[in-house]
Amino acid sequence: MFIGHFTEQPWQDDSTGLMGNQSLDLGISNELYNPAAGAKLYNRYIDEKIYAEEMGFDGLMLNEHHSTPFCMQGVTNVGAAILARVTHRAKIVILGNILPIWEDPLWLAEQLAMIDMISYGRLVSGFVRGGGRESVAHNAPPHYNRERFEEAHDFVIKTWTQPGPFRWEGKHYHYRYVNPWCRPYQTPHPQIWIPSTVSVETVEWTARHRYPLVLLATKLGPTKDAFDLYHKTAEEEGYTSGTQNVSYLFKVHVDETEELADEVGRKYLSGVSNPFLSGNEGQVNPAIMSLPGHTSRRSKRLAASAFGPLGRLGTNRRPYEEQVNDYTIISGTPKTVLPKIRHVLEYLRPGSIFFWDGDGAMTHEDQMRSLRLMGEEVIPAVREMGKELDLKGPFEVNPSTNEPFADAVASSSAATAAPASAD
Amino acid sequence: MITPSEETVEVAGGQLHVIKGGSGSPLMILHDELGHPGWLPFHEALAQNHTLYLPCHPGFGYTDRIDWVMTMRDMAGWYLEALDDLGWGPMPVLGYGLGGWLAAEMAVMCPQQFAKLIVAGAPGIKPPTGEIFDMFMVVAKDYIAKSFYDSGHSASYQDLFGSDPSPEQLEQWECAREEASRLTWRPYMHYPGLAPLLHRLKRLPTLVVWGREDAIVPSSAGEAYHQAIPGSQWVVLDQCGHHPAIEQTEAFVQHVEAFLGA
Repeated sequence: MFIGHFTEQPWQDDSTGLMGNQSLDLGISNELYNPAAGAKLYNRYIDEKIYAEEMGFDGLMLNEHHSTPFCMQGVTNVGAAILARVTHRAKIVILGNILPIWEDPLWLAEQLAMIDMISYGRLVSGFVRGGGRESVAHNAPPHYNRERFEEAHDFVIKTWTQPGPFRWEGKHYHYRYVNPWCRPYQTPHPQIWIPSTVSVETVEWTARHRYPLVLLATKLGPTKDAFDLYHKTAEEEGYTSGTQNVSYLFKVHVDETEELADEVGRKYLSGVSNPFLSGNEGQVNPAIMSLPGHTSRRSKRLAASAFGPLGRLGTNRRPYEEQVNDYTIISGTPKTVLPKIRHVLEYLRPGSIFFWDGDGAMTHEDQMRSLRLMGEEVIPAVREMGKELDLKGPFEVNPSTNEPFADAVASSSAATAAPASAD
Repeated sequence: MITPSEETVEVAGGQLHVIKGGSGSPLMILHDELGHPGWLPFHEALAQNHTLYLPCHPGFGYTDRIDWVMTMRDMAGWYLEALDDLGWGPMPVLGYGLGGWLAAEMAVMCPQQFAKLIVAGAPGIKPPTGEIFDMFMVVAKDYIAKSFYDSGHSASYQDLFGSDPSPEQLEQWECAREEASRLTWRPYMHYPGLAPLLHRLKRLPTLVVWGREDAIVPSSAGEAYHQAIPGSQWVVLDQCGHHPAIEQTEAFVQHVEAFLGA
């Protein structure tokens, strides 16, 4: 069992009037931005990641969004590069870099290789297609989103695995000299994990590549459907996938009393609007969430069931209580969250999980209390559940071969092999 | 009321859906960025004196897109061979919106392809002042509302778009938006290589028509077309947005007939 921590790193500044308001996606001018508040928040979120590692998390998950306050990290590789140096054991899990918006994926291959080396091989490199706001913000052609995703992926893998120099004359990317001096620390390259909010094409593509699939805070039923589709596609590809191939991110907050857990859990819904945080999606611009050609018609239909009747294109405004009832928010004391986490593990059988915490309007103190309780009580208990339920993570069983790693312990803590002088 | 004929033909390695109607001298009409809007009053008026040839661009809801076409110039190149295959010899062409840009691209590649050129409310040139409204930041219905002068009081807008669109209409708009996105995403709705070549049209009689209140393509772009094409005529219609043919049908048809008859 692999256990990770995640927050979107939301903007929090009461003076901007954005907290708890249903803002329009891409409808907020950055004239509201307060750099002094931004500086504190960026450092706060780094501090929380460092503490999460101290509390025993296996993975520190990072992501990226653009031109929006709900995720301050516009350049996930900057956050990952910092964590590569200031943390020592946990995997740095980028979920993920948005391939289609990269005009120069060679630069991406170089950045990720540097992060992998500086961390002594702790990088997990996720790739995503990105949403409409990402295409708009960086002017990436939405109709070529999937083609660019696949070509950039093939290019990065070739760059990491085949000696240069070579030429690349593709449809969307063209290079006359591919020969970056740096190569990844891990052989053949860092693991690739693919996050998804339920797109049929993405699930199938991920299964065909034998990459772990990470479902992002989708409801349990559709998540299981997506995992089943993955396992079925794997069978068609001629291999048997396992728990190491599927992963789930869900909202878990732990607190000292049930009253405090209820009060703080509701803060998921009272920060700046976030189209991915049920109950506080804001006003979604349907044109931007559904740019021409960005998502196939088939995938749009499946996505509708993952979030609510309106899918991720709509503002379902699901109440807190409803989300507590269907396990998409788990907030309580260690004693009450553990049975709920167990239910999720038994139902979905993921080999890796991420607790989405410290988001919305939660304060630094809220997050630090939760991280401490997770370290003291939740993570050790969940590890036992993982053993009991035989949920092997992707650093115990190699998802691309189904073989146990020869040295699973060393593999899951590559940094222990790093020279002491790295500190 | 004329009932036009429709057929899908194999041309230039692809398919083209073609609508024909009316009688008299031929006139080709190229539709805009949201696809063929149906047989409208301006078609009916022009069909009294002309045989209208209305191709529906590949990828805009009738036939599949042409796989290798990635730019408007690609599309113009494909279209020229399609016109060869159709045997549509030199005839006047009227292009509105994106269809006007397409007509201009074809004309600069092959000026002898057309007998006369009419460009109405066309993108293709970066406006010297103002910006081309971004159709991809709003849904189709809102784009259309924006494109009319005072849509709330426009009888033609209310007639055509006043009620909720059918699922078929929404699907056709989505197809058109997707292909328009492929052709025009960036640089948005213009190509820097077009304006310098418009001088080639010095012997092609050309009429440039614009709505004074066009909130999609500023009239400064129309003036730029006019100034770049030697000898071209320049007409601006008042109380008119992005669709002179729809919003000011009578005045528009008069100008077109006068130009074609001259």
